[in-house]
Amino acid sequence: MAAKQLKCRECGTEYPLEARYVCSQCFGPLEVGYDHEHISDVGEVRRRIQGGLQNMWRYHDFLPLEGPQPRTRTGLPAGCTPLIRADRLAERLGLGEVWVKNDAANPTHSFKDRVVSVAATRARELGFDTLACASTGNLANSVAAYGAALGMASYVLIPADLEEQKVLATGVYGTNLVKVRGNYDDVNRLCTELSGDRENWAFVNINMRPYYAEGSKTVAYEIAEQLGWELPDRVVVPIASGSLFTKIGKGFAEFIDVGLIDGDVPTMNGAQATGCSPVATAFRDGQDFCRPVKPHTIAKSLAIGNPADGPYALDLARATGGSIDMVDDQEIRAGIRLLAETTGVFTETAGGVTTAVLQKLAESGAIGSDERVVIVITGEGLKTLDAVRDSFTAYEVDPTIDSFEAAFAESARV
Amino acid sequence: MAITVKLPTQLRDAAGGAASIEVEGATVGEALESVFTSHGELRNRLYQDGDLRRFVNVYLAGEDIRFLDGLQTPLPDGAELTILPAVAGG
Repeated sequence: MAAKQLKCRECGTEYPLEARYVCSQCFGPLEVGYDHEHISDVGEVRRRIQGGLQNMWRYHDFLPLEGPQPRTRTGLPAGCTPLIRADRLAERLGLGEVWVKNDAANPTHSFKDRVVSVAATRARELGFDTLACASTGNLANSVAAYGAALGMASYVLIPADLEEQKVLATGVYGTNLVKVRGNYDDVNRLCTELSGDRENWAFVNINMRPYYAEGSKTVAYEIAEQLGWELPDRVVVPIASGSLFTKIGKGFAEFIDVGLIDGDVPTMNGAQATGCSPVATAFRDGQDFCRPVKPHTIAKSLAIGNPADGPYALDLARATGGSIDMVDDQEIRAGIRLLAETTGVFTETAGGVTTAVLQKLAESGAIGSDERVVIVITGEGLKTLDAVRDSFTAYEVDPTIDSFEAAFAESARV
Repeated sequence: MAITVKLPTQLRDAAGGAASIEVEGATVGEALESVFTSHGELRNRLYQDGDLRRFVNVYLAGEDIRFLDGLQTPLPDGAELTILPAVAGG
């Protein structure tokens, strides 16, 4: 494989490609390093991708997995989600060109299937037979489903107050579901402690985190390929831990470095909810670190008060001329409606955050009229139904023409 | 005052393999200084420029000390401190 080692982002110490996520010298995060020096014929690489499977394994040359036979991989294929041109949304916001990357169209309806695909596959390569995770909900669905598909036992730890839809859509897969009395950061702390003692468990976002995070790069690869091997000018991405945001930046950078696409990494805009905005607050205040917060927002999938990749998200936003903005719960609900009414895509609260931040950027004049903008919609509206409850009224009629006409006559008068 | 400091697996090699250490100290900072007195190698792993490294979390009874008074957080007798990497999750 092209992946060569794990490397500390802080101090550069290198480690072999094993189940390890933190530098034992400085506690910095480990990241997969690659050697793509052997790529001399970019056209051949492009043809191989285009001739590959209609899922994220078409990019296996850029993922930390042993190859070279992705066709033999089993499980739930993720990725190759639609990139939808959203002219009506663009028009509503006074923008030139807007695209929606709809990652709700994954097997368990969120982008988490990408990261779990890589983490679970790497876990099997390393000999693990049990998956585990700390989750705000979408990851719970995904780990439980991939455990079922791959025949691996799984342990899924979630905050006890999670949305009912996400709880039900996890338990159905026959996982060991653990509701922790606390918030996500409490769950994460518990799992970090557990991972030290459960050496035969692959915690996808703890001891497998370097591999897990790499899965998010495929969002960038797909956007570039779907735009005809071109780059967007700007990408708007929600931020919880900051991992998706930074890995989308890394994905574009890698394709540029090997010559698959020309240009610069797009302007990267991060989106957070006001009720959990440690990264947006640090951006606003000009700081290069994030002060942890206690989350209180309807966007529970983004409710990480102590974001592991916060400092790197700040670096990326600043380096690309972007920003990290926040929107409140009312704006999040309006964002869900705006996206639904103009594109036909029904997203969960995190997508409401992303759409609302796009609107905010558009209204502030930050986006040029000639820009090509992509928003990354990470999850499905059916998982957070409370966010749209009572946001509209339905007509209720008797099954007669008279009753039907009367209902509409009444509403016409109003 | 007797304080228990629980170490993550990543630090145990620098503490002779111990999973926890008993120390003395009236604050989090004092307790950690006491750890460094017996296990000097841990100082550079946890500290940079006299403060906790940014990817090190320290918890007192499950609460991140950044929500308390940081290294100045007072410790009751018998308190348990847990040191964990911050890069997990997401």
